[in-house]
Amino acid sequence: MTLALALEQLLNGIQLGVMLFLMAAGLTLIFGVMGLINLAHGSLYMVGAFACAAVAAWTGSFWLGLIASLACAAAAGAIVELAVIRRLYDRDHLDQVLATFALILIFSEGTRWLFGDFPLYLDIPALLQGVVTLPGDASYPVYRLAIIAVGALIALGLYLLIGKTRLGMRIRAGESDREMIGALGVDIRTLYTLVFALGSALAGLAGALVGALQSVQVGMGEPVLILAFVVIVIGGIGSIKGALYGALLVGVTDTLGRFLLPQLLALFVDPSQAGMIGGAMASMLIYVVMAVILAVKPRGLFPPAHA
Amino acid sequence: MAEPVLQIDNLVKTFGALRATDGVSIDLRPGEIHALIGPNGAGKSTLIHQICGTVRPDSGTIRFAGEDIGALNTAERAQKGLGRTFQVSSLAPEFSALRNVMLAVQAKQGSSFGFFKPVMQDRSLVDPAMAILERVGLADRARLPAAELSHGERRQLEIAMALALQSKAFLLDEPMAGMGPEGSKRLTGFLDALRREAPILLVEHDMDAVFALADRISVLVYGKVIATGTVDEIRSNPTVRTAYLGDHA
Amino acid sequence: MLTRENTVNLVLALLLLVAPLAANAFGQPFYVTLATRIAILALAALGLNLALGLGGLVSFGHAAFFGIGGYAAGILSSHALSYEPMMFGLPGTVQMPVIWIVAVIAAGLVALAIGAISLRTSGVYFIMITLAFAQMVYYFAISWPAYGGEDGLSILVRNQFPGTNTMKPLSFFLVCYGVLLAGIALFALIRASRFGAALQAARQNETRVATVGIHPYRIRLTGFVISAMITSLAGALYADLNRFVSPSMLSWHMSGELIVLIILGGTGRLFGPLAGAALYVAFEFALGGLTERWQFFLGLILLGVVLFARGGLLGLLAGKAKHG
Repeated sequence: MTLALALEQLLNGIQLGVMLFLMAAGLTLIFGVMGLINLAHGSLYMVGAFACAAVAAWTGSFWLGLIASLACAAAAGAIVELAVIRRLYDRDHLDQVLATFALILIFSEGTRWLFGDFPLYLDIPALLQGVVTLPGDASYPVYRLAIIAVGALIALGLYLLIGKTRLGMRIRAGESDREMIGALGVDIRTLYTLVFALGSALAGLAGALVGALQSVQVGMGEPVLILAFVVIVIGGIGSIKGALYGALLVGVTDTLGRFLLPQLLALFVDPSQAGMIGGAMASMLIYVVMAVILAVKPRGLFPPAHA
Repeated sequence: MAEPVLQIDNLVKTFGALRATDGVSIDLRPGEIHALIGPNGAGKSTLIHQICGTVRPDSGTIRFAGEDIGALNTAERAQKGLGRTFQVSSLAPEFSALRNVMLAVQAKQGSSFGFFKPVMQDRSLVDPAMAILERVGLADRARLPAAELSHGERRQLEIAMALALQSKAFLLDEPMAGMGPEGSKRLTGFLDALRREAPILLVEHDMDAVFALADRISVLVYGKVIATGTVDEIRSNPTVRTAYLGDHA
Repeated sequence: MLTRENTVNLVLALLLLVAPLAANAFGQPFYVTLATRIAILALAALGLNLALGLGGLVSFGHAAFFGIGGYAAGILSSHALSYEPMMFGLPGTVQMPVIWIVAVIAAGLVALAIGAISLRTSGVYFIMITLAFAQMVYYFAISWPAYGGEDGLSILVRNQFPGTNTMKPLSFFLVCYGVLLAGIALFALIRASRFGAALQAARQNETRVATVGIHPYRIRLTGFVISAMITSLAGALYADLNRFVSPSMLSWHMSGELIVLIILGGTGRLFGPLAGAALYVAFEFALGGLTERWQFFLGLILLGVVLFARGGLLGLLAGKAKHG
């Protein structure tokens, strides 16, 4: 266990955390403002990835692809909100779960229809290729550092947006009292569409960024979605601050867990067994952490104060 | 004088900077109707919540039938004999009036872990429930879903459920709210008779009902009890007049 | 009492019995298998309906129990067939009744643990937490190589049920059908009982239940555990049907599917799960024959049902539910 290795894993954890934050921020914002649980969020992640890969392949530019991913995901989100989600705000959570589950099916099969069953590939742009040397003589991909930087910027951007702009004020007011802001003349419907589109764009961005690291395929959003749920449950549903802390906690715990647990177990059992058992335990680790946190704080670490 | 059924000593509850309950001490004696009045925001609801167990006080004690119930949750306090009704009717809307009361009867009888006997054929549940519905005047509406009952009927149903629990004390939160003059008169008559079964702590805004029913009145303002006494004492109390009654008395 | 709903229920039950009998007579075992699949999925959804329809507990993790039942069947069977004892030297078994008991107990214990934590939350939290716990079980199953890991576990020979040859499709169907009927009867009994009254009241108004002196948490936990046990039994049957335990039985798609089955048929209705399972398998079969992208259309239909036909098939056929 060297410093280099530990540092690398830690950075990987932060990078995963940052990706999860992009997903979780959208999810928690949508829930906080509209009271809606959205299972189709993972599909928007996928849409962003596919848009980026398709446009990048077509134009040869990752950057154009990135813009496309934001635009497509936001547009898809807006369309879905106008056509379907609007009708769900007053329904109970069961209906919302089912309807958004139906959307997952529609998005997944629709994407398969358009793009076929095989994954698409997205290359890391030339500007961000290569590695950087870290303390301890480790080399770490520039691209991953760039992702971390993007995440930090977005977190800052969201903080400024929500805390310092009028739109942010309306969002915060909407979180506290939905009916009231309507009475005050704020156009709720547009606000909701905007919030949904914003959350979708963030998810799409996450998908596009990760698409260059892994492949772009149907269903890629689902494992991430579930992790994002764990994040917002830990952080407190409706809290962006909670989403940030939760995402970093989950990202780092998961990555370090997968790295350390087999090693730890190898001290007690033989290495091949340790690998298997350690792997199994590592997969369960975040859920155990979630269970422990919930046992003590059933509404997460930073539950929003309103009813 | 007999021991109070409900004894609240120095109850304090703060929400941030707001002292919703500021050292409240009141008691409820057997056979009496003790009315709790006060302007909106005085902390009446918070007080009720603390007595029932939905809100934990910061300090102070609540004794019910001689026992400190501070550590018990809502269900446990109900089992001890604390019956309450709600300011906004809280019923099982899909169940009929009969099934709602049967639920209370079932709870009173002890165990809800019976899996095999259909309740609608269980006379030990149906009969007492129908009897209570007769008593409150809802017998002919027994089979209607609670959601379809009128406002006044829902009030009656709530009281029926509290009766089914054979409560040792009743906590009624604005039972007259939303009732027309006919309904209020009937309910007033009903509560008058009810006090003989168990004392009633009555939170109310309807001053006619309060003055007609109350043995004692406590006035709550900004979380503090500023006066306790008989109807006449309260009506002539100058502090109360300025704080609350205005031109009423 | 022959209400409209009871009539529909009777017809559904008879159809499910008669169709495979006829198929068998005409030498079409495929349709018998299809009917068996309907019966098993109906049982799985029936279990969930106890928690969801009666109790209002939107569990997005019931696949965990479905999978536990399946793995119980697979593990016990593989140990019996290979003559290797399991942990603590216990032998495996190929007897379905024993497998069912193990499946039910295992699921009950896991549900107790999951429920104890999850039921301290409510609303969206509950939905996500049950989802997360099911994922935990899923990852555990795929990382445990001894029982197939990601590839799943085969059941080489279908397990046995005393008095019949389960390898014959019709015989196995009748076993499953019998279990389904027993499950429906149990559901009906529970729904009409004191416990059922408390559970349904807790769904409608938790505060009211506490106010009469019933602990909502205890009622819900019990309901959750019973519900898990029924779904697990279905899982054991499912594994035997396919002679294969797939980790996908534990996936959240499966959890979603179970909820879909209930909604398609009608939430809280006695025969809702059966109607829903029949519709679902019919869609899968009919649409699947037309296009590989049938799930796209399933999604559209589901969306339509949620937005416009909230009462499900039984809502359409039998009108509004009566509660009494």
